[in-house]
Amino acid sequence: MSGNDAIAEGAIRAGCRFYAGYPITPQNELTAYMAEHMPESGGVAIQAESELAAINMVFGAAAAGARAMTSSSSPGISLKQEGISYLAGAELPGVIVNMMRGGPGLGNIAPSQSDYFQATRGGGHGDYRCLVLAPASVEEAFGQMFEAFDRADRYRNPVIILGDGMLGQMMEPLSVSPGRIKSYAKPWALTGCKGRAPNIIRSLYLKDGALEDVNLRLQKKYALMRRTEQRWESACLDDARVVVVAYGGMFRIVKGAVRKLREAGKKIGLIRPISLWPFPDRAFEPLLKKRLSYLAVEMSYGQMIEDVRLALCTRQPIEFLGRAGGGIPTEEAIIKKIKTML
Amino acid sequence: MEKIYAHPQSLYNVSSHYCAGCGHGIAHRLVAEAVDELGIREKVIAIAPVGCAVLAYDYWNFDCTEAAHGRALAVATAIKRVRPDNVVFTYQGDGDLAAIGTNETIHTANRGENLTVIFINNAVYGMTGGQMAPTSLIGQKTATTLKGRDPALQGYPLKISELLAQLPGVKYVERVALISPAEINKARQAVLLALRNQIEGVGFSLVEMLSPCPTYWGMSAQAAMGWIKETMIKEFPLGRIK
Repeated sequence: MSGNDAIAEGAIRAGCRFYAGYPITPQNELTAYMAEHMPESGGVAIQAESELAAINMVFGAAAAGARAMTSSSSPGISLKQEGISYLAGAELPGVIVNMMRGGPGLGNIAPSQSDYFQATRGGGHGDYRCLVLAPASVEEAFGQMFEAFDRADRYRNPVIILGDGMLGQMMEPLSVSPGRIKSYAKPWALTGCKGRAPNIIRSLYLKDGALEDVNLRLQKKYALMRRTEQRWESACLDDARVVVVAYGGMFRIVKGAVRKLREAGKKIGLIRPISLWPFPDRAFEPLLKKRLSYLAVEMSYGQMIEDVRLALCTRQPIEFLGRAGGGIPTEEAIIKKIKTML
Repeated sequence: MEKIYAHPQSLYNVSSHYCAGCGHGIAHRLVAEAVDELGIREKVIAIAPVGCAVLAYDYWNFDCTEAAHGRALAVATAIKRVRPDNVVFTYQGDGDLAAIGTNETIHTANRGENLTVIFINNAVYGMTGGQMAPTSLIGQKTATTLKGRDPALQGYPLKISELLAQLPGVKYVERVALISPAEINKARQAVLLALRNQIEGVGFSLVEMLSPCPTYWGMSAQAAMGWIKETMIKEFPLGRIK
């Protein structure tokens, strides 16, 4: 199955019953899969007239209590930022998939990781955070859909799946295990006010101090997410002299490079952030006492590296290797770079 | 004694934040009365616009959501598709529906979504301080057309209702004016029909209400109603468009 198909199938199996999307490469298979298979599950799939409409349809479906999702690629995700901010402000759950492509502007359709800042720093207006998960394989992307919808409901907050064109197009075997779905009561949802006081979904607070209170409540939620949602994978850290940090599709190439260097006896370790926000600072904590060199490898000109620097309290040497706009750091280039650090 | 006129259950008995002579109060009440008459208060989900009526939920005693500026019909589409048994309507001003939200308006109508739209046309942006609206009349003085709207520079009043009436997915369009007991009664009937259409599955229905904004027209409340009757109706004729 391709990554795009697996994400769509994972979403449906995770209880997603509303999808709205607008065509953009390289995520079109996802929209097509939803159009074909969502109705079989009794759900709704709409090809919206724009990305703005699509994300606001997610807003409406979420307000009405459905598990709702949209997907796009970088330029389309820029258009969705307004709606993501409104989801965060109104504390509505929703899942947004970004299969990143080259930018800025119209860019190109090659895989890229240049939207890291946009995803992890908010992207739209206001002080808010989205939970951001970065799958590195088709199987993981499938599984993360369960987690994404669960966390969206649990925190009443948008969740972003940050993939890239490589992952979206990649075909990999997928063993489909029935995921567990926890259902959340949604007494706040718009259902008609039968037997209760009217529900209001809002992000406008004009009364003195009201918006500050809302922001403080949001910050509390984000702090809880920081404590409980850090996720990462690491390998070969015990004797490592150089630790390479990479996520998503980039990690796959880095892993190959590190394996080759290990086979040649080089002491290289590996950290893969799985949650990009919250960034897994805790993965770095046990290493802070050691004097190690770090290398961040990205399909960008250096975005995740800023979080690595923060996790290292900027005390350790850290180097960068990255290409974007269609260029991808090759295994050979990664090996060459690491050798200069040994 | 039989009580023949009472405060609608769907309207909270609170004081209003609207300016003296504003049409929103009348429009809110008409909607509330129609909801009561159809017995759908517990099934209604309303979408409040960005604009002066963003606080509509402070007045309506039923479920309500905000929407980003212009996106009310995208939000409404999804709510109705998720909950087809509920009665879903948007309440939008001219800027919301016919400028920033034109795309959502046309495509929602063109999909023939089974929704109801209450469209308040007061030919001006009220909440932001009286700027030109897509429906401002030629020659109308606003904060951004100090010498009056000039077609050479700002184009023409947009007759979105007539545009929408061309679409096969649109089933009912009527323009009414909130200017006199007789016209307000017609408006009441139009709102009732637009909501009843949805309940009966007829499809996309829109009621455009010409509504006074004395504050940004620089007129008394009475003069504003007169301006609708004498001037605005010439550009936006009343009656059933589809």
